[in-house]
Order: sequence, then structure tokens, then C-alpha cells
Amino acid sequence: MTTHIEDHGLLRFLTCGSVDDGKSTLIGRLLFDTKTILADTLSAITKTSEKRGMGAVDLSLLTDGLQAEREQGITIDVAYRYFSTGTRKYIIADAPGHEQYTRNMVTAASTANLAIILIDARKGVLTQTRRHSKLASLVGIPHLIVAINKMDLADYSQETYERIKGEYLEFASKVGIEDIRFIPLSALNGDMIVDRGYNMNWYEGPTLLEMLEVAPAAHTEHDEPFRFPVQFVCRPQDSANPELHDYRGFMGRVETGSIKVGDAVTVLPSGRESTVKAVQLGGVDIGEAFCEQSITLLLADEIDTSRGDMIVKSSEVPAAVKQIEATVCWMAEAPMDRTRTYLIRHTTRDSKAKLAAIDHRLDVNTLEKVPAEKLAMNDIAQVTFKLAQPLFADTYLENRGTGAFIIIDESNNNTVGAGMIL
Amino acid sequence: MTQRNTLSHLDWLEAEAIHIMREVAGQCSNPVLLFSGGKDSICMLRLAEKAFRPGKFPFPLMHIDTGHNYKEVVAFRDKRAAELGERLIVRSVEDSMARGTVVLKHEGESRNKHQSVTLLEAIEEFGFDACIGGARRDEEKARAKERIFSFRDEFGQWDPKNQRPELWSLYNARSHKGENIRAFPISNWTEMDVWQYIEREGLELPNIYFAHKRPVVMRQGAIVPVNVPLVGGGVANPSRAGEEIIDLQVRFRTVGDISCTAPVESDADNVSKIVFETATTTITERGATRLDDQTSDASMEQRKKEGYF
Repeated sequence: MTTHIEDHGLLRFLTCGSVDDGKSTLIGRLLFDTKTILADTLSAITKTSEKRGMGAVDLSLLTDGLQAEREQGITIDVAYRYFSTGTRKYIIADAPGHEQYTRNMVTAASTANLAIILIDARKGVLTQTRRHSKLASLVGIPHLIVAINKMDLADYSQETYERIKGEYLEFASKVGIEDIRFIPLSALNGDMIVDRGYNMNWYEGPTLLEMLEVAPAAHTEHDEPFRFPVQFVCRPQDSANPELHDYRGFMGRVETGSIKVGDAVTVLPSGRESTVKAVQLGGVDIGEAFCEQSITLLLADEIDTSRGDMIVKSSEVPAAVKQIEATVCWMAEAPMDRTRTYLIRHTTRDSKAKLAAIDHRLDVNTLEKVPAEKLAMNDIAQVTFKLAQPLFADTYLENRGTGAFIIIDESNNNTVGAGMIL
Repeated sequence: MTQRNTLSHLDWLEAEAIHIMREVAGQCSNPVLLFSGGKDSICMLRLAEKAFRPGKFPFPLMHIDTGHNYKEVVAFRDKRAAELGERLIVRSVEDSMARGTVVLKHEGESRNKHQSVTLLEAIEEFGFDACIGGARRDEEKARAKERIFSFRDEFGQWDPKNQRPELWSLYNARSHKGENIRAFPISNWTEMDVWQYIEREGLELPNIYFAHKRPVVMRQGAIVPVNVPLVGGGVANPSRAGEEIIDLQVRFRTVGDISCTAPVESDADNVSKIVFETATTTITERGATRLDDQTSDASMEQRKKEGYF
């Protein structure tokens, strides 16, 4: 007997907002109402709630993390939470709001396919709402849910909901986000999260969980070219099995697109061409593979290929670039040093890079482009890099996998920035 | 808008884990995979097979043995490594005790937290620059913020305030000599995912994961297995005078050092029954079964700062 459950894949989403918006309560509510919270955890937070003199159980305590932050009452970084509805698994990236917010939100958004933007019904669209929305759009999140929360403190008023929705839509048209849905919520009471509740019968749309259940989970929804950065080369020459003497498997994950046996491919940077002899997983032939699958490719011809190379379909070869323009989020305490050389990691390929120009900085509060001489932590800017090695890049807009890179400081090996190719 | 080929959640988690293992192999010069014989590390071995076969694993396996492990698990560990034809290194907390680098407060003290010392000694002995482990973020609050590639300094310390930002699937495993990366390929898996994967892949497990009768006593509300025979002779967890020993039908949800792993009452004698029980349980994995994490709400975090996995 095996357990058969219909599987709608996995959806990664992030929640944007500050503690005041009820973000932790919303996450706690999702976990609680989907029965993810088990008795012992619930009893622990019930005790803590009582100790703090609260009347009801404070669900926001569920997302409390580290000792230091518990002591200081602040959250430090991105935390990941999990729940499942039986048909779909969810990963929530929770980037708490504080002074390092931009950096954390960009990090959390980088792996998300959907963002929930929380608005306090009493306050409406705020500067931070604009900032969250702009960042979500910059990092290429295709689906947004604008959750107008704390409806319990706004008399569950439809008028308030419609007014805020209007305000948001007016601003959103300037930011360029396409798929936006709205929902009124009370995370505190659980209205419209998993259950509808009885307070907002005027709202006829789906609950938050219903929206999440049908949101596209696929990595991408439009046709993308085949991109296969080589991570590792498998050459089991020492094997006793003579069939493996000439085995040369190129291991990696399909960033985008698809591949099957017989497809004509080009290996970059050499530019040599061949055809796909086999597509394997764990040494077993699977014939074809799609985006996000980790596979091994065998080619018909012997081509010298190593980590950092990229295999693409011969009909869709990306440009090899030695200079890139990108939107960069700076993430280190020390500002970017214009005189220094950094390391850029793009797919499985590294290149030394120098800053050629800062075109402008984006003020994430006003969304205005402002001139800038330097980049400090949490700054977002449009910059130009000169590269020592060519990268095989697509624009981030076209391809999140091959349009993204991180910046590494070789002196301490820290990741100091994130970039999206324009 | 057309729906593309969406991977099932297990396929997605598997593909991510394989990608992470290959990144470790591609970026680090001398990695090691920690294998205890427990269910999470059994999944890790299957993932390593999927990642690297028909080649050999580009890393050895290593177990830090407290000397207080269930003998069924130790036997399984050795059998599995032999079946795979991969090299297994075992380093023992008892050797650290003999060297004087581990000093127990009293004979009965749990050796679990002392594994950190032996692990760091082994890392130094072999010059490992990365350890691949089967920890999951859903196990414990302090792990929820752990990176997939977690940086440890020369003393094996984890500083929650000084971790590298981790974006997209671009991992930074660079380290200077003496520093160390801990990589967690199944970070995004839950206990349920692990059981579903075991079921789907038909993975063999040590028999103590399935319902069996064993002598136990109740201590502070927890089921404590007693008089557990050890590989090297003798018993762990001797029962105390005046305790009532009962023969209970139990299974283990996690398997670690005997002194701090408690079983749960269960009739689940196969994987699908365990999947069902996991779906309907009311107690968290560690809440029910890890006596060491109950010492304080923040004890896992404390141990991690000291170099624990």
C-alpha cells in the first residue's frame, strides 16, 4: 500500500510587511489553520503568551526565532517556514522589517514566485507598501497578493477595503506589476485566511489559502531557452565496468527550458557543437528533462567541458558578454569600493569584475532615480561592471536563472551584493 | 498563461538537494558527508546516488559515534556503506574522552553535545573544508534561519549575525584554510517529506524506526528506553532503583545518542503507516523525542554556536 496524494507541486512565497502590519500573526495563522502547529509548540506559545500577560494566544510567537532576537525583541534575518495542505507544499520566506530590510527582502524574494504585501487597513498605502512592491517587482516576482489586514479594526468596512484597493492600483500602474490580487483579512481572527469567517460576507473572492492553492507554482510560465550550467563532470574511469570507460557525464540543473535525446547543443565558451546522447538521473536514462530538474547530460562527441561551462541548444545561444549593466543590491556593511576588484558568480561561473560606472541609485522610498557616488548597505543602484571572463547571460527579466549573479569579496569570501542583469 | 511542467513537491525537493550536493562537490576541495544511519542521512545517501552515479561519491562518509548508539543503527550504517562501496570514516567521542578533549561532568551525562568536539577534531585531522549534513529547517526554531550553506569559523562556531546572504540558487562555499562550510541539502524538507521520500524510493531503514516492543520507563513524561545493550558491551540508560519497567510497543522518530533519543508509542510497523501517523500526529518531532532540546528553549542554538551540527 502506498499513500497517493494529488500533488500540485511546491509554491515559494514571501510575506512583506512590518510587525505592525500583523505579518507574524498572518504566518502564525496560516500555520495554525492548516494544522501545521502541533500540540507541544502550541502549549509552549500559550505559556509564553500568558507570561506576557496576553489574553489570547499570540500566534506571532510561532515565527520567533533565535535567542538573541528573542532577548532583543527583534528579528535578524530571513526565516523559512513550511506547511502543506496535502495537495501542495509551501515554503514561506519571512523577511522581517527593520533597518536591513531591503537586503533581507531581496534575499527572500529571490527564490519566491509570489509575494503577499500586507497593508494595515487603518493606515492604507504607505511608503513601505510602495517599497515592498517595487522590490518585489525588481526581483521579478510574477504574482502579488495585496492583503488588506486588520479589517477587524476597520469595522470590516467594504468601503475602506475598496478605497485602499483603489489607492494601490493607482500606484501599481506606475511600478509595472501585472498579476495583482486583493483580499481583505483579519489575521488576528482568521477571517479570509483559511476560513471565510462571518464578518466580510460582502467579499466574494477566494480566501488567501484558496489563492495560494491555485497560484502558478511553475518556475516560469513562458517558453524559455534551454540553459544548462555545468556543475560537475562525472568520469568514472576507474570503474571495473568497461562500459563506463568512456563515460563522461555533465552534471547540472536545467535552469530553464527543456532538453531531450537528439537535440543539437552547443557548449560554451568553446562553441563546439554536438547532440544529446542521453539524459540521465542517477545513472538511469530518462530521455528528456525540464526546467529545475537536476540531471546528467551525455553528448555524442567528446568535447572538453568542465564546471563553469554552459550547455545550450544550438538554436538559442546566449550572448557572451564582458560588460554588464545590472541592478545591484549592496548587502555588506562596508560600502562598495570603486577601486577594488570583486568576484561575480553567475550560474556556475566566476569572473573577476570591476565597477565601471554607477548610473544612478534608486530611492526605494520615493522610487526616484538619484545620482550616486558610492553604494552602501541596502542601496539599490543601476551599475555597469567590466568583466575579466565572458559570462553567458540573459536579461533577468527574460530569465531569472541566467540573469542573476552574486558579488563576492575575495578578501573575506563574503557575499556582498546581488545583481540582476538588465 | 500556460502551466509548464511542474515538478511534484518531492521531485522538486530532490532536484534541489542534488543541485546542492553537486555545488559542494564542485566548489569545495575536500568535503565529507555525515552519515549516522538515521533516516535523514539515509535519504542523503539516496540523493548522493542520484547526484553522482554511475561515478563514486566525490566525498567519503563520516559518522561521529558517541559510543552510545543503538546497535541496530550502527550495524545498518556499516551495511549501507558497504553496499554502496563508499568509504566510511568513524570517529568516536570515546577517543576524544581518552585524549581528554571531552570531559563528562558525570558518567551518565549525555554525550550528544560532545559530538561537536569530536567532529571538529575529525575536520582538522582530515582537513575537510565542507561537511554535508542532513539537518532540516523544520526541526527546530533556531534552524529556521540557517542557511543552506552555513559558514563556520576556525573554532567551528556559527554566528547567527554573520552569515552570508543566500540568493537564488547561487551558493557561496568559499572558505579560507581552517574555516569550514556546513551544507544542508535537505534544509527545505519536513519530517513528512522525508517519510514520503523513503516510501517513494523504497529505502531500507534500521528496524528500530518501526513499531517494536522494548523495555522502557517513564521519566518526566517522556518514554525512556532502558538497559539498552551497546555495541561494545554493557548497557546504556540503566534503569534506576524503584522505577517500573514496562514492555511498550514503540518506534523511534529520530535516532541519535541513546541518552537523549526517546521513542513514541506506535503500532506503525511499515513506512506507509508511519506516513499516516506523521500526517496525524499532534507532537513535533523533537518535542516528543529529543530530550536534549528540552533543557532550554534555546538549547539547540547554544549547541550550534559551539560547533554542533
